Amino acid sequence: MTNALDLTELIKMLEKVEEIELENIDMIAGEVGFILPTISAIKRASVKKAEYLDLDFEIPLANFPSEVLEVELGATKANGGTRENVIKVGGERTMPFYNFEALNPNEPVIAFDVFDTKIHLAGPVRKHFEDVLEDPAEWAKRCVDKYGADMVTIHLISTDPAIKDTSAREAAKTVEDVLQAVKVPIMIGGSGNPDKDPEVLEKAAEAAAGERCVINSASMSLDYKRIAKACLDYGHVVLSWTSLDINDQKTLNKYLIDLGIKREDIIMDPTTAALGYGLEYSFSIMERIRLAALKGDKDLQMPIASGTTNAWGAREAWMENPEWGDREKRGPLWEAVTALTLCLAGSDLFMMMNPTAMQLFRDVIKCLCGFKETGSLDIKDWIGMR
Amino acid sequence: MAKKIGPLDIYNYLPKTNCGECGEKTCMAFASQLIERAVKLEDCPTLKQPNFAGRYYSLKEMLAPSVKEVIVGFGDKAVKIGGEEIIFRHELTYFNKTAIALDVHDEMNDDELLERVRYVNDFCFKRIGEELTLDLVAIRSTSNDPDRFAQCVSKVLDEVKKPLILCSWNPSVLEAGLKIVGHERPLIYAATKDTWEWVGRLAVKYNCPVVAFADDNMAELKSVVKALVSMGVEDIVLDPGSHVEGKYLANTFGNFVASRRTAIWNKDIGYPLLGVPATVWLSGGDASKEVMIAAIMIDKYADLIILHTPEIWALLPIITLRQNIYTDPRKPVAVEAGLRRFGNPDENSPVLMTTNFALTYYTVASDLESAGVDCYLLVIDTEGLGVEASVAGGKLDAFKANEAIKNSGIEEEVKHRKIIIPGFSARISGDLEIQSGWEVLVGPRDSSSIEDFIEKKWSGLA
Ligand code: B12
Ligand code: SF4
Repeated sequence: MTNALDLTELIKMLEKVEEIELENIDMIAGEVGFILPTISAIKRASVKKAEYLDLDFEIPLANFPSEVLEVELGATKANGGTRENVIKVGGERTMPFYNFEALNPNEPVIAFDVFDTKIHLAGPVRKHFEDVLEDPAEWAKRCVDKYGADMVTIHLISTDPAIKDTSAREAAKTVEDVLQAVKVPIMIGGSGNPDKDPEVLEKAAEAAAGERCVINSASMSLDYKRIAKACLDYGHVVLSWTSLDINDQKTLNKYLIDLGIKREDIIMDPTTAALGYGLEYSFSIMERIRLAALKGDKDLQMPIASGTTNAWGAREAWMENPEWGDREKRGPLWEAVTALTLCLAGSDLFMMMNPTAMQLFRDVIKCLCGFKETGSLDIKDWIGMR
Repeated sequence: MAKKIGPLDIYNYLPKTNCGECGEKTCMAFASQLIERAVKLEDCPTLKQPNFAGRYYSLKEMLAPSVKEVIVGFGDKAVKIGGEEIIFRHELTYFNKTAIALDVHDEMNDDELLERVRYVNDFCFKRIGEELTLDLVAIRSTSNDPDRFAQCVSKVLDEVKKPLILCSWNPSVLEAGLKIVGHERPLIYAATKDTWEWVGRLAVKYNCPVVAFADDNMAELKSVVKALVSMGVEDIVLDPGSHVEGKYLANTFGNFVASRRTAIWNKDIGYPLLGVPATVWLSGGDASKEVMIAAIMIDKYADLIILHTPEIWALLPIITLRQNIYTDPRKPVAVEAGLRRFGNPDENSPVLMTTNFALTYYTVASDLESAGVDCYLLVIDTEGLGVEASVAGGKLDAFKANEAIKNSGIEEEVKHRKIIIPGFSARISGDLEIQSGWEVLVGPRDSSSIEDFIEKKWSGLA
């Protein structure tokens, strides 16, 4: 062999010869073990001995040392509330639907959004609620009775000074109305105005005392100490909301715990970016949070919530555009795919608003949970489908 | 779990001369880049010399991805699948995006058949500066008749600009198809416990990649794979069966996860995965359900999926999800900052401002293009952050915006001193007016209403 040979030629040579001499090839210890298989692979192509052996397959298991906390939402009469049922979220022992490793105890939970004043909604959402947009109690009822939502979130957006500046006291009344109208556990959200929200959420928490609602939310951008105190005083769960930053999430959770909130009384919302608008950020942050929890990070072991409704902010969801096809189909899918993807990343609780999206999402997660019995199909028939 | 290879392991096999010809300063730096797959072994000229062949092969073996990269198709029609190295995308990045095939069958009438093929050829959806496409055509033999299949394959071949998947459980049908298109490296679907020998022989003869199939039975799947390997088949794709109903869907999901873990942790059966969301149509499913199944598979490990629906409203969420999941988390998706022109702007044309986050820039750009307005767009370097995030994170403030105005040369291009800024950056408007001496108009929050805004607010002003 001469030095002028290049590699491709060398390979060609190797293919032809039965035995090769390795002199002149610079080698370091251990390397022969690598080069020989390569050569034999080349030779194998011509001398093959085909055989089928019945082999075993063992699924490699992760054996996570820790688990996610289980948080109870809603309180029945026995526990000082008026809810008909209690919902459990979290409690995972492995990544979502890794049933071969462990069966996670609780199904993902779906909470429908209700607003305390008529707001602009995308067409495919609005058509389901057109006649109840000005009556939050009826709106909530529709979500539960007709569409089967596990929970509802009453968003007190009209309290925003830029919207209607509804007083905290009046907003608290709306919360009472919703609690009367439905018997499922509820979440209570502010308007997002950092100056007004603490007062609004305090009054709302008081009006719902003992019901174990989720208070949405404590975040770094407002006086979260007041929110935390209201949750402590009136027996609610706090939603700890940060913006796509795992360290921020850890920090805020710690602050809340330092204020006396029990770890079992926190749900995290690390922010949902919609399909096509940064979904990958939410996906990876949720996966990282969930893996950290399963590996034992105590500050991140709370269940995760997703503001899936953000999907309707994507123009592909709401906009009429003939080039994008039927909006009535496309919009709900935008929301459902956002939910499903974040569900696979580790989210437990989904704030949603379109009934079709919820149905699509719920159908597949029921299957993925592994509880749903069906007949087996001969999937090999797919080739012959006409 | 197999030990992860570090830069030092790689370095030991490099020439250690630090000559810099690879573009890296040192061999050690080159080693780190190799692990990140930012460079190729062939970038080091020394390694290509014959006396380094031993080391070259050792490195090749050490750096081979845990999931083999398989090429379907030939020449400019080729599609790469697999080549993955990690379980979770935040650990590095996913490399080859899930390829998407649309199906046709050999009993379709010619018009329908060719229309579908052209649909796949021409499908191109621009999103964030990227062209999102469909990647393959899967031909199913519903007739189970070798001649009919061969005829169909040759009709498709005349028209198609994408690689093919030949689908039949009957090896003689596959063989008939391969006689027509075997030279173009189609993917053969599929070899099973019963047919592996015949189908494997075809794969070797035509040098084509082949799918190993077993229905919800990973032990059997592994056995088929090893049987194929024993005959010298190198390019294999795994189909653990795509169930879409009840607990069987859970099993399918589990099989996908188990395959990927086995490939990466145990370095065993490391081949790309194939999913078939099209099976939803077997049990009265519909396109929406097919999208949901496709989403599960894209999220968790499918390297190739076969779809049945051509509906755009169904494909749009699928290709968007794929684009998201396969975005490289290591680098911000940014465009170059600076002044851009849309249409033929003159000294009276509107000036607008945005950030250099790719998603933001392309959204605004496409809105401006479809509005057909002549204008200038000043793209600010916010380190790849969108408007809201950069304002919140302090990457877009009056100081930065003013600098961009002064350095861009826009003051020589236009006579007026008026700039439209995004609605979400309203809070910088006061300071920006003071610092720049420009009049600042706060535009709408969503760039889709820019056209309207310019019509109403600018035309009156200018
Ligand atoms: C993805 C995301 C991120 C990603 C960044 C992605 C990126 N490269 O920009 C990451 C994770 C890095 C991130 C970080 C932060 N984020 Co962030 N993030 C988001 C999220 C989910 C989506 C933003 C997005 O990409 N939108 C899509 C793009 C296209 O929108 P856009 O750039 O605004 O462009 C639109 C309009 O502005 C307009 N437009 C654009 N240009 C122009 C030009 C003209 C002339 C006109 C008229 C209009 C116009 O049209 C465009 C299309 O609609 C939002 C929440 C949401 N809205 O869903 C939060 C959000 C923007 N983030 C927020 C925050 C607080 C942050 C952080 C400060 C948090 C932190 N803990 O550090 C950091 C800041 C970054 C930093 N480190 O400096 C807040 C901002 C709150 C506020 N309004 O003040 C938001 C709203 C979340 C929230 N509700 O709290 N974020
Ligand atoms: S070209 Fe090769 S020898 Fe030279 S620095 Fe790069 S890796 Fe080292």
